[in-house]
Amino acid sequence: MSPSDSANKLVKVRIWRGREQGGLVDYDIETRKNQTVLDVVTEIQRRLEPTLAYRFACRVGVCGSCAMTVNGRPRWTCRTHIKNVVTDGTLTIEPLRNLPKIKDLVCDMAPFIDTWQKAGAPFSGNATRHDKPAAVKPDSAMRLAADAALQCINCAACYSACDVVNWNPDYIGPAGLNRAWTLINDVRHSKREATFQLAFGSGGCGSCHSHGNCTRHCPVELRPSESIAGLKRTAFAGLPKE
Amino acid sequence: MERSLFLAQRITAMILAPLVIIHLGLILYSVQGGLTAAEILDRTQGSIGWALFYSLFVVCAAIHAPIGLRHVINEWTSMPQRWVNALVMILGSALLLLGLRAVSAVY
Repeated sequence: MSPSDSANKLVKVRIWRGREQGGLVDYDIETRKNQTVLDVVTEIQRRLEPTLAYRFACRVGVCGSCAMTVNGRPRWTCRTHIKNVVTDGTLTIEPLRNLPKIKDLVCDMAPFIDTWQKAGAPFSGNATRHDKPAAVKPDSAMRLAADAALQCINCAACYSACDVVNWNPDYIGPAGLNRAWTLINDVRHSKREATFQLAFGSGGCGSCHSHGNCTRHCPVELRPSESIAGLKRTAFAGLPKE
Repeated sequence: MERSLFLAQRITAMILAPLVIIHLGLILYSVQGGLTAAEILDRTQGSIGWALFYSLFVVCAAIHAPIGLRHVINEWTSMPQRWVNALVMILGSALLLLGLRAVSAVY
């Protein structure tokens, strides 16, 4: 682990500095064993560039807040070993694409969170404490469809990877539509039709080109393209039934 | 409206797929040994079958193409939605009128 370890190599790390106007600044660091991209960013901030802004919390792939663009692809930096991504001795780290840049590697997540609202994402129950809990069979088609899409933690990697979001700011994007699909398959949700109308409205799932970049880059290996395909099928078949 | 347009575009695509294959097959078949107006008219004049076939073709194309073009214009330009809608309505109407006129001309 010593920086003087003879196995250590110099890596040129190019990091976005600034806001919308800015540029890549180069830093040379020595690699260490089992080093993640987040480790590299932290080392640069602690040793070389104290004013570097970046965002992280759990460091172990639970919270999703350290998502950045690494060599052009959205990734959780805490779960990306640099040995897998360094190309020609260079590592390029930028903030997530498709979101306003606040400073350096930090972007404004608000537009992304707004897309959830646009997709009719808030859960709306109509049962009271006097009603029995809804019985959801684990092997029902709706439950299985929701299960496959449930584990999203809002890291915005898919939103950043999506080319349609990039060229159409009105597009809800993969995460919001994926969330809408889980609600449409939730028997407890009292506004399934309203959620579907929003998910299929202007900027909704009809705008998806099925490129599959969301599915390719989802760090938890969800398949938002499959959820969007489910929404499109719903246009023909009506809301899913248990 | 987006859902209706989506359905209209997909349903017309499903109808168009076999029609296009038959249409292309017919072209490949009929150009063997040269292509003449007389040969085409010989096949189409008085044929209610071909008239219905190509009428359906024209109607589906006139619905399908403007919806797709509407998406393309929306994605590539910042033109207001009402203008885009008007533009593709004009295009769809032109496709329908010119297409049906052509079908009736060779019937």
